[in-house]
Amino acid sequence: MIDFDYIRATTLEEACSLISQYQDTGKILAGGQSLVTMLRQRLIRPEALIDIYGIKELDYLEFNGKDGLRMGALTKHRTLEKSPLIKEKYPVLSELEKSVASVQTRNWGTIGGNICCADPIADPIPALIALGAELKIVSMRGERTVPLENFFLDFFTTVLEPDEILSEIRVPPPAPNSAVEYMKFSTIEAGIKIVSVSVLVAVEPKSDVCRDVKIVMSAVAPIPLFARKASEFLKGKKFTDSLLKEAAEIAAGETNPTSDLHASAEYRKELVKVLVKRATRKAFEKAKAA
Amino acid sequence: MEVQRKAVQKKLLKIRVNGKDYEVMVKPNRTLLDFLRQDLGLTGTKQACMDNSCGACTVIVDKMAVKSCNILALQVYGREVTTIEGLASPDGKLTDLQEAFLDFNAFQCGFCAPGKVMSATAMLEEMEDPTEEDVRRDMEGNLCRCTGYKQYIDAIMYVVKKRKELKQQKAKEV
Repeated sequence: MIDFDYIRATTLEEACSLISQYQDTGKILAGGQSLVTMLRQRLIRPEALIDIYGIKELDYLEFNGKDGLRMGALTKHRTLEKSPLIKEKYPVLSELEKSVASVQTRNWGTIGGNICCADPIADPIPALIALGAELKIVSMRGERTVPLENFFLDFFTTVLEPDEILSEIRVPPPAPNSAVEYMKFSTIEAGIKIVSVSVLVAVEPKSDVCRDVKIVMSAVAPIPLFARKASEFLKGKKFTDSLLKEAAEIAAGETNPTSDLHASAEYRKELVKVLVKRATRKAFEKAKAA
Repeated sequence: MEVQRKAVQKKLLKIRVNGKDYEVMVKPNRTLLDFLRQDLGLTGTKQACMDNSCGACTVIVDKMAVKSCNILALQVYGREVTTIEGLASPDGKLTDLQEAFLDFNAFQCGFCAPGKVMSATAMLEEMEDPTEEDVRRDMEGNLCRCTGYKQYIDAIMYVVKKRKELKQQKAKEV
């Protein structure tokens, strides 16, 4: 591994001050489950790591019915998987966390680190986008809020400025008569996901009309992909099989997958059609029953 | 061409490994795995894939199973680490889980075994009465290239059963 300096920050203020000094030459280290691998593979060459993992004020889960969920950036994957609060209010998150990497990685890795790494195959991100998550981003210059769906620019690239730190993820309270469904395709259960889809459907009470739809996918574009056209297409319409088929075709058209050793681009597009149909139907049924 | 980089100083690491406290200076780019194997000579923890895939390097940090190849030693500052060498009691008596791994011949080449034992140890601390499906799911971060998966699942389920029986027996005695 290349040489780099290492500084442990104990408060968020200290971390902001340090990263504002180092700017581009420094990297924020949370759990490091992606970062340490990237250092070893020489994909990044920072002069210094600023370790924020020990900052207690960034590790919390709070929920109230009005504002929804606030989670500190250092919330562990394993906490999301096991928390009774998450299981009750946002079951899709605890369900999908079960297949994020391995137990060892979920024990140590953080949701904030996962988001900032901006890997387009990351699983929790599409579900968080479907849930309408927003990010609180802080720096010495102040703070700002960015919707998660606008956070990503390209492979491993986000709108974070060199002196900014993600401090909190906010998720609005679950809308009435709504559900989010997550589905993935992988050749083995614990293996890498070839495509995953998270879909939010909110229905008008006692009708088949979709009040809101958000279809979000992983591993089909350089960023976690919010299929805006397909989602908009279904919004306000009465749910039918033929409509769903059309929406899935539109969603596939919005993707820009690459071919790799796991699957070809063409195959990924086909999978999108199948998974969008299945997940949207399931979300619709759940929303209707809610 | 290699860009000239500033010389990096070693940093202080306070850490407890297998019940023993250490205060040592380590380079920031030292992984926990290299620290354990090369600095402390605890070679029971194995190095294999080095990219967070295989779980051979699994150790327990503050009761959690983690992959030591993917964590810097300095990240574990002030924490407590248990490796495979730290499981047996001081007189050399193995844990019930280690005994079960032996009894069920849950080794082929044996290279993945220390990681598996550490993962299973942490899992059984967290879950008292896991089903076989829970076990298979929780152990998915530990690969075995010999594909000897069945034997160690059997060994773990045997320990689950034995511990449950022991607990019931104790409850009866009280």
